[in-house]
Amino acid sequence: MRRELGGTFAPVTTIEGGVHSYRDGAVSTGVAYEYQLVAQPLDPQLDSEISASTRAVAAWFDRTKVNVLVVSGIFFLLLFFYIGQAERGVRWTFRTIPGLAAIEEAIGRATEMGRGVLYVPGVQEIDDIQTIASMILLSKVAKMTAKYETDLLVPTNSPGVYTVAEEVVKSAYADVGRTDAYRSDQVRYITSEQFAYVAAVNGMMLRERPAANFLLGAFFAESLLLAETGHSVGAIQIAGTANVHQMPFFVVACDYTLIGEEYFAASALLSNDPRLLGSLKSSDTVKIFLITVIVVGSLLLTFGQSWLTDFFSTQ
Amino acid sequence: MSGFMAGLRTLDRRWIFLAVGLLVIIPLLFRFHIAPVVPSHRARGFYDAIERLPAGSTVLVAGDYDPGTRAENYPMHLTAVSQLMRRNIRIIGIELYPAGVPLADAVLRVVGAEYGKKIGIDYVNLGYKVGNELVMSSMGTSIPKTFPVDSRGVPVARIPVLKGIENFQQIDMIVSISAGYPGTKEWVQQVVSRFHVPMVAGVTAVSAPEYYPYLQAGQLQGLLGGMAGAAEYEVLMNHPALATRGMDAQSLAHVFIAFMILLGNAAFLGQRKPSKG
Amino acid sequence: MKREIPILITLVSGLFCLIAFFVPHPFVHDLYGDVQNWAIVVVGCTYVLGVANLLRINVRQAQRMEGDWIYKIVLIAGLLVTMAVGFSEGNHYSDPNSRFTWIYNTFYSPMTSTMFALLAFFIASAAFRAFRIRSPEALLLAIAAFILMLGRVPLGNAIHPYIPIAADWLMEIPQNAAKRGILIGAALGVMATGIRVILGLEKTYGGGGEGGA
Repeated sequence: MRRELGGTFAPVTTIEGGVHSYRDGAVSTGVAYEYQLVAQPLDPQLDSEISASTRAVAAWFDRTKVNVLVVSGIFFLLLFFYIGQAERGVRWTFRTIPGLAAIEEAIGRATEMGRGVLYVPGVQEIDDIQTIASMILLSKVAKMTAKYETDLLVPTNSPGVYTVAEEVVKSAYADVGRTDAYRSDQVRYITSEQFAYVAAVNGMMLRERPAANFLLGAFFAESLLLAETGHSVGAIQIAGTANVHQMPFFVVACDYTLIGEEYFAASALLSNDPRLLGSLKSSDTVKIFLITVIVVGSLLLTFGQSWLTDFFSTQ
Repeated sequence: MSGFMAGLRTLDRRWIFLAVGLLVIIPLLFRFHIAPVVPSHRARGFYDAIERLPAGSTVLVAGDYDPGTRAENYPMHLTAVSQLMRRNIRIIGIELYPAGVPLADAVLRVVGAEYGKKIGIDYVNLGYKVGNELVMSSMGTSIPKTFPVDSRGVPVARIPVLKGIENFQQIDMIVSISAGYPGTKEWVQQVVSRFHVPMVAGVTAVSAPEYYPYLQAGQLQGLLGGMAGAAEYEVLMNHPALATRGMDAQSLAHVFIAFMILLGNAAFLGQRKPSKG
Repeated sequence: MKREIPILITLVSGLFCLIAFFVPHPFVHDLYGDVQNWAIVVVGCTYVLGVANLLRINVRQAQRMEGDWIYKIVLIAGLLVTMAVGFSEGNHYSDPNSRFTWIYNTFYSPMTSTMFALLAFFIASAAFRAFRIRSPEALLLAIAAFILMLGRVPLGNAIHPYIPIAADWLMEIPQNAAKRGILIGAALGVMATGIRVILGLEKTYGGGGEGGA
């Protein structure tokens, strides 16, 4: 129960008997409150004394997020360190991802066959990080199709994505000096409705019969529908997503799949820009740190020490 | 034999489609019973979490799905609302899929009529709001400001069931019926983690494994996965209905797909394919 | 300036949202709440933009009788009729006997459900075509797949009660572990990509030309 000074008590919440603390988030800054624990079922003898009055003060830092700040801070420090190293000429070796090497091969195949390339940027809005990553890759694919004079079709399922994708493709064609080859109907807004979009894209695949399909972005139930239809028209298919529940469908039905972080690393690896590769290096280093924390934390927990696990638990 | 295998390798996939179609339609039409549904501990957790709520509690039911996943999500939505109304728990419905509003309205209306519940008094549907996680975050500050009117256009200040409901502090549980994004994961990240509201979820079968970590961590009290999960829940409610009827068709379909894997491997035995990434 | 201004806006708003995640003080959080409300408004406006785009492209193609122009006319007619019916019925659009509900139940709901139902057929054909057991790992995967497919339906429990138990163990232990690994990796990828975008290292997503330059 809680009351403002001079007011009447009102219930805040009900907690289990074994709970020793409770965070009251519905308070106003600067107001004085008093609390009391009242037993359920009601028994005045078990009620606590009324607490001393306490004033809520707005905090400048949420202490429950220290663990997030620590990992983020480590990431930022490593990022700037590796970017600094990259600018000083240090170069790293990264493993080859077959799906990335196959992008240019797929576009070349489409050019030889005289057929087009279909690029599906996923079904999420432009504010989704997977869609942003897809736009980055679209720029690279569009430059290759512009260079090889291959048809590129980009159906989108949101007005925001359509606007950005149109700008990306137009700029890519301009960057390689092929502004004349760009057509305004290459990038199309279809619909925001998921399955209507899939039906339209499948129809495009069956009619246009692209030789290469790029399914790069956030996908949901439509992933297998797109991949199977793409296979039926004989297209080479390269997929990439961070949605783990759709990865099995892409792995089975596509020729190449970029799994999880490979998809996000793709733009950095394709650009070969040292600063972007530096960001990859920093995320790899943070991963090693997290693996170490997991192993050490598991061992500590096995021997009854939970401080490391408690530090990293979500509050 | 080699001729048969050669024929299999060039099998028109429409024969496979026909077989799947028949294996699904026949059990649905003739309703023969293959095996009883046995509830899992995840479905039991879902059921028990709602059973533990005292009468008069207020539950937010988020129907974040549309007709695409109706076969999986609608039966679990229907059964969850039935259990809530049976226990005289007040329901606030919202949808983050625009096409989910008519489905949620139908569930609340049908079950409300069955249990003699009145809209505005025992339940309300606040409808759809654009913004995904932003809506959840905004509700954490103020539900009436986020939804100033319900799906009928009635101001929330005039709706008795919403009296005293300011934010998640006054919500005793969230029931998330989710088809994907936005849905259960966003509710856990935006609401459960920040406001510590108990939550149970009913999701599609393909996305259910994604939520096992949340179940193990205690962020979800129960989880229904797909039509099988909905069928288990119906059995726990002692009211086999839509989902239970579909389990026979699903059983045959699963067996057929396992058979297709074996047949496909037998047909392509000895054939080479270049390795891929 | 055309390239610099979007990058500056991205930097400022990205850093602000990052700070707001850690700072609960009303000085920051009230502004963050306002930014969230603006974002809801902007997202709502893009739907208007989308309808305008849809009409512009399809009306043009229908006028020129390009390709499957008949379907463009069906699309435009469907869009306009549904909008008109929905607006005319106002707040009663989702009443059980409304015309909008009739359109929803007769056209939209069955067609959307049908597209989703196609997955069942495509999964069967993908299982036949693409699931090749060519290595010990693939054999393990196939065995796990069989156990799971049987364990997830009542038939599995009828064959033997240990099948659903084995299916649950596979999903809760090895599958969960692998998924968590992928999720952690993907989350780091999201962080790296987000930081690259916020700091302006990646510019191509906005049509800004060479990325990383």
